[in-house]
Amino acid sequence: MKRYVISVLVDNHSGVLSRVAGLFSRRGYNIDSISVGETLDPTVSRMTIVAHGDDAILEQITKQLSKLVDVLKVAILPDDASVYRELVLLKVKADDSTRATISDVIDVFRAKIVDIAPQSMTVEITGDRPKIQALVDLLSPHGILEVVRTGLIGLHRGDQNILTQEEI
Amino acid sequence: MLLTGAEILIECLLEQQVDTIFGYPGGAVLNIYDALAKYSDRITHYLPSHEQGAAHAADGYARSTGKVGVCMATSGPGATNLVTGIATAYMDSVPLIAITGNVALPLLGKDSFQEVDITGITMPITKHNFIVKNVEELAGVVRRAFSIARSGRPGPVLIDIPKDITAQKAEYTRETPKPVERHTKHITSAAVENAVTMLKESSRPFVYVGGGAVQSDAGPELAEFVHRIKAPVASSLMGLGAFPGNDPYFCGLIGMHGTRTSNLCASKCDLLIAIGARFSDRVVSNPKRFAPNARILQIDIDPAEINKNIQTHGYIIGDVKIALQKLLEAMDGEELADTTDWLSQVNEWQSRYPLAYKDGILRPQHIVERVYALTNGEAIITTEVGQNQIWAAQYYHFSRPRTFISSGGLGTMGFGLGAAIGTQIGNPDKTVINIAGDGSFRMNCHELATAVEYELPIIVVILNNRALGMVKQWQDHFYDGRFSQSIIERSTDFVKLAEAYGAVGFNLTRKEDVDEVLTAALNAKRPVVINCEIDPEDKVYPFLPPGAAVDELIVEVSQ
Repeated sequence: MKRYVISVLVDNHSGVLSRVAGLFSRRGYNIDSISVGETLDPTVSRMTIVAHGDDAILEQITKQLSKLVDVLKVAILPDDASVYRELVLLKVKADDSTRATISDVIDVFRAKIVDIAPQSMTVEITGDRPKIQALVDLLSPHGILEVVRTGLIGLHRGDQNILTQEEI
Repeated sequence: MLLTGAEILIECLLEQQVDTIFGYPGGAVLNIYDALAKYSDRITHYLPSHEQGAAHAADGYARSTGKVGVCMATSGPGATNLVTGIATAYMDSVPLIAITGNVALPLLGKDSFQEVDITGITMPITKHNFIVKNVEELAGVVRRAFSIARSGRPGPVLIDIPKDITAQKAEYTRETPKPVERHTKHITSAAVENAVTMLKESSRPFVYVGGGAVQSDAGPELAEFVHRIKAPVASSLMGLGAFPGNDPYFCGLIGMHGTRTSNLCASKCDLLIAIGARFSDRVVSNPKRFAPNARILQIDIDPAEINKNIQTHGYIIGDVKIALQKLLEAMDGEELADTTDWLSQVNEWQSRYPLAYKDGILRPQHIVERVYALTNGEAIITTEVGQNQIWAAQYYHFSRPRTFISSGGLGTMGFGLGAAIGTQIGNPDKTVINIAGDGSFRMNCHELATAVEYELPIIVVILNNRALGMVKQWQDHFYDGRFSQSIIERSTDFVKLAEAYGAVGFNLTRKEDVDEVLTAALNAKRPVVINCEIDPEDKVYPFLPPGAAVDELIVEVSQ
């Protein structure tokens, strides 16, 4: 089982997300995360889907996605030729005795403190999975109260882009 | 010109050359029905007994004519009653437009009376669907819906129209629809050349044809191709009629109820050429053991069908008719391997393992054979689902495309009568016969009222074994004969039922009377129901248990 990052351009309609999500659930494809947002063209949205399976499943996922009328383009973002990012907000227990220690850790990760309260602080971090996991591991002993993730997003490295990619 | 949404809808249907529509009125479509009355000189509306009948009729109309079928229902239960029909069309790639009304925009999402999220419900069973929230968009949506339904691999498209949209006015300008182009952009010369190479390297080629060959009207190309490569041909249920059933190269059905010859061909061939077929589980049985000695060459319009169920070694993606034309061109002058030995092997199987059934009393297979003989093989046969369907498929030797109208993918009991109605309306000069079982017929027999109302001379042949025969057959083989809920000894008198609806009814109990009763039915020129009392023990053979390799464990009738 491999992890795949799939980038999909879709018509920016209501209902597109449920068409895509419905396709994954009814065909039994495993989906790890999905994130959606507008592109420069407001009539087009871009989805980044992280899925896992074998190559045959990936082939089916891309082909079945391409059959949806609202789907304009499907591209794979390969590990070795793409940049991936995920944004995570973490609320961690922090009081006067621990705040400084936590701050040091956050600095090392180039994360940001976006909110501070007497008993907690909220941290924003972007990066790929391993980096975020490392921070989670380090903060866990202090007590993580809440976590929210955007899901992975990604782009091809270099001059390549989704539109110049050959049709699958 | 300024028209209401309802009028725009109908104008757009007329643009698409729609002159027939199957539907059922209700609150949310009142404006559309009011407009329909004004257009009654150009568009004929047929009213079934139940919305499901409308969907199956539109489906049968589409399958038998090659046109797009149109059905319509009101919001809520009207819309949900179409669902089985839409799913049936989806699984068999039938071009269908389903129009549903919905509650007015301000009432949407408020759990209003007869409100249902039909676009949500039908998302997995339509090629695409729309809800129209602005009357200005209505014409564009209808045009797009037809284009989607027809193009590429066809399928059903649903258009949901809130009631207020049908009343609001917008400017309408007539447009002539662009002809739907055959899908050819992926038919590359590399793919074609690869296919030719595979063909040249094969001395035991075998053709497996499916519904795509029917859809693309590829009959002539298919026949030429088969005779050029000199290969045996088997068909999926959906492919019947694409290749002449009485051609010596034809081996019959393949798969679960396929002939032994077809299944042996799949096992022993060195090249399996799938043409407009999707390797369904009913054909393949066990994908790990299917065609173990063969390379697979697949020709299909839908790229997602390549490598979906069976891994292929070569493929051509595109319209089957055009792909075969290109392939034939590329084969011109090429020398193919000699298949004489292979063909004589196949012939030997054919004579050793013909389709067979016990003679004697009134047998369903015999009835279908006589239907074939007395209609000169020229009838259009619709079926219900179950044993009746397979007997019809096995013993009526379909020789023309669009003459076997059956729910293959979804396996919808209750499909046949509605489909027969749409088929007869689309083919007024043809004999249309619905081969039914007593269970399936009972599901939607109220559509007899529709056949009578519109004077459609459909013949329903009920192969009545007082059982859900296919269920019972499985229980017999796999559940030690525990016939849980499959024996239906109901006291329904089908002759009286037919007469109550205004149709003609016949009872058929003796083999000697088959021709007389069938002839009387064919001459009646009115809806007829023939209740054939068959032996509840009769089974469909061959029968390949699911998961078995296709050349093994075929259960045959003991002679």
